[in-house]
Amino acid sequence: MEALDPLLAEHPFLKGLTPTHIRTVAGCARNERFEAGQFLFREGEEAHQFFIVRHGKVAVEVGAPPRGAVTIQTVGEGDILGWSWLVPPYRWRFSAQAKELTRVITLDGRCLRQKCEEDHDLGYELLKSFADIVGQRLDATRLQLLDVYAAEPAGRHK
Amino acid sequence: MNASEEAPGASSRVVEAQEISALLDALFESGYRVLGPTVKGGAIVYDEIASAARLPAGVGQEQTNGRYRLRQRGDGALFGYTVGPHAWKKFLFPASLRLFGMTRQKKALHVESRAPDARPDAFVGVRSCDLAAIARQDRVFLEGPYSDSAYRARREKALIVAVQCGEAESTCFCSSLGTGPRAAAGFDLALTELLDAGRHDFLVEVGTDRGAKILQRIDSRPAKPEDLEAARAATRRAEAGMGRTLDLAGLKDLLTASNDSPRWEQIAERCLSCANCTMVCPTCFCATVEDASDLTGASAERWRRWDSCHTLDFSYIHGGSVRRSASARYRQWMTHKLATWVDQFGETGCVGCGRCITWCPVGIDLTEEARVLQEARPAPAA
Amino acid sequence: MSSILAAARPVAAAPPLPADPMLPVPYVVERTQRETADTFTLELLPQGGSAFRFAPGQFNMLYAFAIGEVPISISGDPAFPQRLVHTTRAVGAVTKGMGKLKRGDAIGVRGPFGTSWPVGDAKGCDVVFVAGGIGLAPLRPALYEILAHRERYGRVVLLYGARTPDDILYRKQLHDWRGDFDLDVHVTVDRATSAWRGNVGVVTTLIPRVGFDPYNTVAMVCGPETMMRFTVLELERRGVPAAKVWLSLERNMKCGVGLCGHCQCGPKFICKDGPVFPCVDVWDLMSRREL
Repeated sequence: MEALDPLLAEHPFLKGLTPTHIRTVAGCARNERFEAGQFLFREGEEAHQFFIVRHGKVAVEVGAPPRGAVTIQTVGEGDILGWSWLVPPYRWRFSAQAKELTRVITLDGRCLRQKCEEDHDLGYELLKSFADIVGQRLDATRLQLLDVYAAEPAGRHK
Repeated sequence: MNASEEAPGASSRVVEAQEISALLDALFESGYRVLGPTVKGGAIVYDEIASAARLPAGVGQEQTNGRYRLRQRGDGALFGYTVGPHAWKKFLFPASLRLFGMTRQKKALHVESRAPDARPDAFVGVRSCDLAAIARQDRVFLEGPYSDSAYRARREKALIVAVQCGEAESTCFCSSLGTGPRAAAGFDLALTELLDAGRHDFLVEVGTDRGAKILQRIDSRPAKPEDLEAARAATRRAEAGMGRTLDLAGLKDLLTASNDSPRWEQIAERCLSCANCTMVCPTCFCATVEDASDLTGASAERWRRWDSCHTLDFSYIHGGSVRRSASARYRQWMTHKLATWVDQFGETGCVGCGRCITWCPVGIDLTEEARVLQEARPAPAA
Repeated sequence: MSSILAAARPVAAAPPLPADPMLPVPYVVERTQRETADTFTLELLPQGGSAFRFAPGQFNMLYAFAIGEVPISISGDPAFPQRLVHTTRAVGAVTKGMGKLKRGDAIGVRGPFGTSWPVGDAKGCDVVFVAGGIGLAPLRPALYEILAHRERYGRVVLLYGARTPDDILYRKQLHDWRGDFDLDVHVTVDRATSAWRGNVGVVTTLIPRVGFDPYNTVAMVCGPETMMRFTVLELERRGVPAAKVWLSLERNMKCGVGLCGHCQCGPKFICKDGPVFPCVDVWDLMSRREL
């Protein structure tokens, strides 16, 4: 089996971690592959993982009747997917479906939560990394909300 | 450099007051359209003048924030006022100008360009602040990668007879900007009116050969030391009479850093966005174009008209205007005059003529606004 | 930093200045092409004149007879100056009027005006184009020029964000370039339709995903101002310094040559100091409100 330590150590997301912490995180990690069309998770389900995308493309979707599933965002190589595992009630807000063959490193949320409780230094480093990811998503969402390419951009006060 | 310290040259000459009529005749005979101050609609305006009788003899002005009145001086002074609402830009940079006509025949376009202007202009009575303003517009219209051909044609032919101010008004602050009250250059001839109990004549300084040739056509005598001293005294009187000051020290950086000052909102509560200040400003150069066509759609023309950064349309790009608030538009105007103009052209866009103060219907005074920002500025660290 | 900028500043247009920049030159519409629901491309030939030389990033003032005039970036290939190409979005009276022009109709042209993309300075570097919406059109001449000399550049990446899949410009050309010229094209949309198989999300989300050397990259960015600001920040996060990023700004213009005053943004005249600027020259201006 492929050793995950070097992969994790190289990823920008975990760049703040010591080798010891990397080994700890690797202890909660495993490789997974998803075929096109397969779901990584579905909205409403319990969230006990997050994913580091190594290859492929995943659509983050939300059910919006009568439009069906609306894709909010796609994530690809290098991206981090999922933070619902981090805070209660540990439940996915969105669904994630592989749009093509996708390889990920899956990190076990229960395992990591326990490790973080035992070692707050690790917990703090991971939270910083996630704060960065959440911030990026928020920026992107806000820019998306601005609808900057529209003929009549949103948010214009008449 | 203090303008008043520069004495008029010893080569200056003196002409009697009645010779001003001969001076105008010399200009007419040399083929000039003579433009000068005259009274119209209760104000001193610049207009074509057919004779010296049209000059506002014995007329003075009273100006302050939002107020302008003519008054009788009780003497025979021909130039006993400073500046009225008009600037000379209305001749060099007309408020409305046809840029071209175009016809469409069998789908092909034919452009007919503007006919050249016929007569050269002589500007009589140009004050030092307005000479500085003309020099500033020269930089805008003539010295960039592209020049304005209509401006160039008028400007190159124009002859300038300046008048050195012997008095100032409450709205004047040219001495703060180094643009007056005495003009040292930029004219063909410069007159200083010397008027007291004993005399009424003019000291004439010669700026160019063209000016000298005009002067040769009228009676004059060499200036004596007491004439030169009388002219210096006139300049000192004007300098002492300035009713406003503007402290330029650090002002450019202060304005650049004051983008978010709450003061702009306070000004906007008064500012009507009427654009008067930009219309009367002798340096404001913004213009828009209007395309018009006849009913058949076969011919069209383009007109250039003065525009103002105080209007909402001025900054319109698809989706809306960049400067939507009156505060942002006033900020743009004042910051351009006193800060970004320096970045663009190496000098302020303000010449201290005070017209924007007089002709603001609500009396906004940019020297006062500059002072408010300067007083709100945190003291530099020791 | 100032020395880097001095070296990287775009040279003013190589083409000679028009005799009277305020007089439109008559052109004839040779071909029209609808690109998307509200964008179209006009290909113009001079009514009697010669080839139109321009530098990538420059713009023209286009005059719809008897309607009015607007600044439009040139979006054709600088190597083929015989044909003047503009892609335009119909948003106002003038551009809507232009959208109705047919082959053989006349149009007035003044230009070319303004600064250009630093295609020469980018030699030996990776080049990252980031385009948003109609912002791809002003970048296309730089793409043509760089792809025509592909061997002089490292990786060449185009990140392109459109509103919806229906709003994607030059779709076929992007596909062809990807194959023919080793152009790494990534397209994303803000709003997906169910048939869309590609990326969803704003264009900045593509920046961390693509391969280029941030320490040896020149980035050329064109789109709405907000999109450009976010893009600069995301490029910086990736390690591309602002000194290596170039932007194209838009303001109201009536003359195109620095005389009418409309396009001022702080001390800059967008028409003659820009429209293409080194990011560091305009970054402070872009973050000030209503400037």
